Amino acid sequence: MTSTGSPVTPVTTTGPPVAATAGDRVRIGLGEFVRAAWAAGNLVVQPRMGFGSPESMRSGLRATKAVPATTVGTITLDSYTRVGDLAAAERAVLAGADLNGYPIVSHPVHVTRAVLDGVRDSGFPVQLRHGSATPQHIFAALIAAGLDATEGGPVSYCLPYGRVPLEESVRSWAQCCEFFAHLREHAPVEPNLETFGGCMLGQLCPPSQLVALSVLEAMFFRQYGVRSVAVSYAQQTNPRQDEEAIFALRRLCAELLDDIDWHVVVYTYMGVYPTTPWGARRLLAEAVALARATGSERLIVKTVVESQRIPTIAENVDALEFAGAAARTRPAPRPSVDPAADSQTYQEARAMVEAISDLDGDLGRALLHSFKRGYLDIPYCLHPDNLGRTRSYLDVDGALRWADTGLLPIGHLVPRRQRRQVSSAGLLDALGYVRRKYDTAGSELR
Amino acid sequence: MNPAGRVRQATRPGPPTVLVSGLSSDAHTWNLVFLELLLAELGYRVTNLGACVPDELLVRECLDRAPELLVLSSVNGHGHLDGARVVRRLRGLPSLAGLPIVIGGKLGVAGGLTAAQRDELVRAGCDGVFEENAETVTAFRRFLDTLPVRAIR
Repeated sequence: MTSTGSPVTPVTTTGPPVAATAGDRVRIGLGEFVRAAWAAGNLVVQPRMGFGSPESMRSGLRATKAVPATTVGTITLDSYTRVGDLAAAERAVLAGADLNGYPIVSHPVHVTRAVLDGVRDSGFPVQLRHGSATPQHIFAALIAAGLDATEGGPVSYCLPYGRVPLEESVRSWAQCCEFFAHLREHAPVEPNLETFGGCMLGQLCPPSQLVALSVLEAMFFRQYGVRSVAVSYAQQTNPRQDEEAIFALRRLCAELLDDIDWHVVVYTYMGVYPTTPWGARRLLAEAVALARATGSERLIVKTVVESQRIPTIAENVDALEFAGAAARTRPAPRPSVDPAADSQTYQEARAMVEAISDLDGDLGRALLHSFKRGYLDIPYCLHPDNLGRTRSYLDVDGALRWADTGLLPIGHLVPRRQRRQVSSAGLLDALGYVRRKYDTAGSELR
Repeated sequence: MNPAGRVRQATRPGPPTVLVSGLSSDAHTWNLVFLELLLAELGYRVTNLGACVPDELLVRECLDRAPELLVLSSVNGHGHLDGARVVRRLRGLPSLAGLPIVIGGKLGVAGGLTAAQRDELVRAGCDGVFEENAETVTAFRRFLDTLPVRAIR
């Protein structure tokens, strides 16, 4: 059942700021919450949800909480706030115009506290999601509002979007991490930060580089004092390769991040999404199976309208219920690869992480040098600080392979014969591969 | 005005050059990657400026590089506004008055452009407007064949 039809406590924009809400006494950190769910055998499911108005945002959080599954709430920010165009966000708030997310900087802090009050508690953490390369204003606002879980990263929130220089993003994220880590001195919980590095452009980045970036961003967070992280991995084009990637990610985290709290968050496919309801459902079911087979602790879902528009609360609830039920009612699938194997993905990711962390004792500088030297190089990423010497392609089995490893420190691991030219028609074909596969294949989950 | 650029364009050896660019408010890049690959396959030397290109940067790059063709692409629905604005600015510079400029993609928020929006892009100085449909690539290639400087395939 959902609570979308239930009465919603109105959020007022006047009145005294709430200094310490009652909810503070029963707060739980995202990392701790996920660990407890994991111990109880539950996969945590979470939407990508954000609305401009405080009333809708609160309704969305309440509806997420009411889903009969282990859920985490999400506040996703609007794109004006993301890019720092606060004047535009402010104008939209004053005009009551629709925004594509919650403008946390433009709403007064007591309004955001009221959105959370009585909703966020020890059974329901809330995470803020944004997409900003220079997020100081966002961190200031989320901390003022009493939030303690968010996501991003100096590389993953910079290179795929716009033109903010990587150096500026690294500097900004360093400050934000430091600021965020200090929260533990004032809040009753350990703040949690999630890498977005497992996504990068959503599609066509070979899994080994996604894994390496996720690990490197988590190491960057740790360098600035963060002690509880989530490492992301976005579902790609071949289930077997995805399993291999998540096992590689887990192994690298166990090896390199054993002194802090970490868990894996899987993103349901972030590329060109199926347009049919059954195609969208099948892809989400596949993401649940991937999370379960790899022992991943948390999953971010996608809805059946993903390819067309911003989902409603009800559509988000529907996706959460579907994913929650799939995780609960079906036994965890047996992995199709050996979790402990020195797989191709593990070897490549490990070689990248090692070569990059060897460049400089400071992870921020190491990341900057590595992009200059091409030790990190995102295929098809047009950001001025990305060298652009690498290319990828989809193999006949749908697995993502390197067409050209450029200057990545994995040349010794990738067979020469594998390298090939990518044509414009081939690129279009690869971008639409998942949509075609899931829209046209059987409709048993319709 | 950049006379040096014009001289370089006239005498520059090698394949004709094309500048591919997104518009100021659009963060999408797969459209730009596709165009880069397509134009390279057709024999052009491509410089891809990427996403969120501010008007000033586009002007400067056109002046500095003096390309034989400028290809603008946008899919966020603001293309008819951002495109008309920057193209008008480019056409205001004497050295860019003769530069072939085309724009394409999903240029309006409500599916196709209205006749008025399309006219506005042409009036601003676009030599071709290619809205996304099944025939777009064919139409775009036909346009390339009409250019004074052509790639040798």
